[in-house]
Amino acid sequence: MPQLNIVQAINDALKTEMRRDPTVIVMGEDVGVNGGVFRATENLYQEFGPDRSIDTPLSEAGIVGTAIGMALNGLKPVAEIQFDGFMPPAFDQIVSHAARIRWRSRGRFHVPLVIRAPYGGGIRAPELHSESPEAYYAHTPGLKVVIPSNPYDAKGLLIAAIRDPDPVIYLEPKRLYRAFRAEVPEEDYVVPIGKARIAREGSDVTLIAWGAMMPVALNAAESMIAQNVSVEVIDLRTIVPLDVETVIESVKKTGRVVIVHEAPKTCGFGSELAALVNDKAFEYLQAPVVRVTSPDAVIPQGRMEDYYLPDVGRCITGIEKVLSY
Amino acid sequence: MAVKAAMAQREPLVPFIQILDPEGMANPNDVVELRLKPHDFKALYRWMVLARTFDERALALQRQGRLGTYAPLLGQEAAQVGSAYALNPEDWVFPSYREHAVLAMRGQSWVQLLTYWGGNEEGNRIPEGIRNFMICVPIATQILHATGAAWAAKIRGERSCAIAYFGDGATSEGDFHEGLNFAGVFKAPVVFFCQNNQYAISVPRTRQTASQTIAQKAIAYGFEGVQVDGNDIFAVYKATRDALEKARAGGGPTLIEAVTYRLSHHTTADDWTRYRPAEEVEMWKQKDPLKRLRLYLEKQGLWSEQEEAKLLEEAKNEIAQAVAQYEALPKRDVEDIFKYMYAEMPWNLEEQLRELKEYLAQHGGDLPTE
Repeated sequence: MPQLNIVQAINDALKTEMRRDPTVIVMGEDVGVNGGVFRATENLYQEFGPDRSIDTPLSEAGIVGTAIGMALNGLKPVAEIQFDGFMPPAFDQIVSHAARIRWRSRGRFHVPLVIRAPYGGGIRAPELHSESPEAYYAHTPGLKVVIPSNPYDAKGLLIAAIRDPDPVIYLEPKRLYRAFRAEVPEEDYVVPIGKARIAREGSDVTLIAWGAMMPVALNAAESMIAQNVSVEVIDLRTIVPLDVETVIESVKKTGRVVIVHEAPKTCGFGSELAALVNDKAFEYLQAPVVRVTSPDAVIPQGRMEDYYLPDVGRCITGIEKVLSY
Repeated sequence: MAVKAAMAQREPLVPFIQILDPEGMANPNDVVELRLKPHDFKALYRWMVLARTFDERALALQRQGRLGTYAPLLGQEAAQVGSAYALNPEDWVFPSYREHAVLAMRGQSWVQLLTYWGGNEEGNRIPEGIRNFMICVPIATQILHATGAAWAAKIRGERSCAIAYFGDGATSEGDFHEGLNFAGVFKAPVVFFCQNNQYAISVPRTRQTASQTIAQKAIAYGFEGVQVDGNDIFAVYKATRDALEKARAGGGPTLIEAVTYRLSHHTTADDWTRYRPAEEVEMWKQKDPLKRLRLYLEKQGLWSEQEEAKLLEEAKNEIAQAVAQYEALPKRDVEDIFKYMYAEMPWNLEEQLRELKEYLAQHGGDLPTE
């Protein structure tokens, strides 16, 4: 079985679906001839030509707005927004239209559209290249929000997103694009949207993470063995629709919850998770839910981001806090 | 055909087309070029009368509290009917929110339009087989959808076009630029139909752009722009038909600026007397698109007082019937709020629906009375 990194797995998913379904196209800035600034669309132009691997004008609202029209008229566009920080120009088209067209038309029309974007910090990027915008989209009814953390899931979730009849925001942890390789089957397979994964079993604390925070969370869990603490780590994989069952089952078992995310704290997706745990498992809780997040500030540039983003140490502090209550 | 300068003091960058003047006079050679028969002329007139009858009735219903906020089309009948008459059923229509005549001509019922303006989303359930998109409330956003749909048709090798309707205010939005720019680059078979009705609520056309015309903006995107007398149904029809024929033949997009006037309020929540003089409105009433075509038909011996009276009566009855049906619509189920968000309802929506139903059940199946 081939060993691929995340960006290669994404490329493999696109190639697999474009071969299987002639209505699937990719579009965006630099996705054609150049193969994408991160090479996620490499060689698609060569194999599928300029009508299915489309270099668009530099215009995020234009990309998403026209992709909606294409999705309406028989195509399945996979639109790339080059960086998380450039999604806001397309925000209106995403939240006012892509998310609402099924609702607005009472089901006559729907938008089978995938919007891919690299997200998150940790690569010493310029301003507006390190954002974690998942909560904006999770707050918008009508969208699905998917965030893989490893090559296998990246391929299977992207294939699932392309086959999904509703619009999917697919956020790629750019920090992990080339961080490691893993076995990825050559054939097509689906990792279902809406299913979390127990990344590590444990019994004392439930640590919930997604995307680029997964290696951090797993390292923190590993470190806790020394203190004789068994941490269960959940990789959400999908933010919306959330796999509430997996989360609640784990909380019932451990009674202690730590949530870690890169996005700022206030109204981050961790807030929703904490509220859900409160709603559905209050009587099982041994301690208040702890959130380990970035501060409510703009992500800084250069080395300063190391002080901003949650790291292993802060996760450990969070775990110790939830244990010491 | 009279090709006049759009504005006399400067050399025009785009043609201005008028075929039928306000007195109902037209050059016979220009009329021949329309390739329309007398029954077409009568059909065009009939649709304009229906649209105006609907508009008057809808406005009255709103004033009586029987309809929600409504956007009148009065004065824009020729721009809407003339352009929609040029469309084929396989073409896609992307309306804004004032194109009642266009939607009806494409097969949506008057009942459905009243349903929408009555505050019921069922009015946006486009019947299967009709290639209309839904009423679009935010300004200019539908222009991108039209470009995308047309572009998809081109990629898939389907011979259909798309038409986007929008107003003069929409041309100030970024989505206008992006939609036209993409269409130009990819030669999408799309027609951008701007009803320049002179006002975006209260703000006049001169505050939207310093450009001499809206039509000439097409030049910068690399395709043709044309300005037409939007109250002249012949000019509107011809410009739209030519643009669609060009698009079908692979010639790419066209921007049409139909110069017209909104004789009524922006919506029923607006009062035009606050921002424009009555004399201006009076002046535009003299250019009434319906009167113009009726004068032409009469001069051609195609129309009589009796036919006029009969048509007005028929239109009144047709709309009255629609109103009766609209007012007899059944009460909606609260499930309607939840069930069109996703192909499959996720657990959280199921839970929230169940909670709402339980709450209603505690109060005899409906909201508690105050």
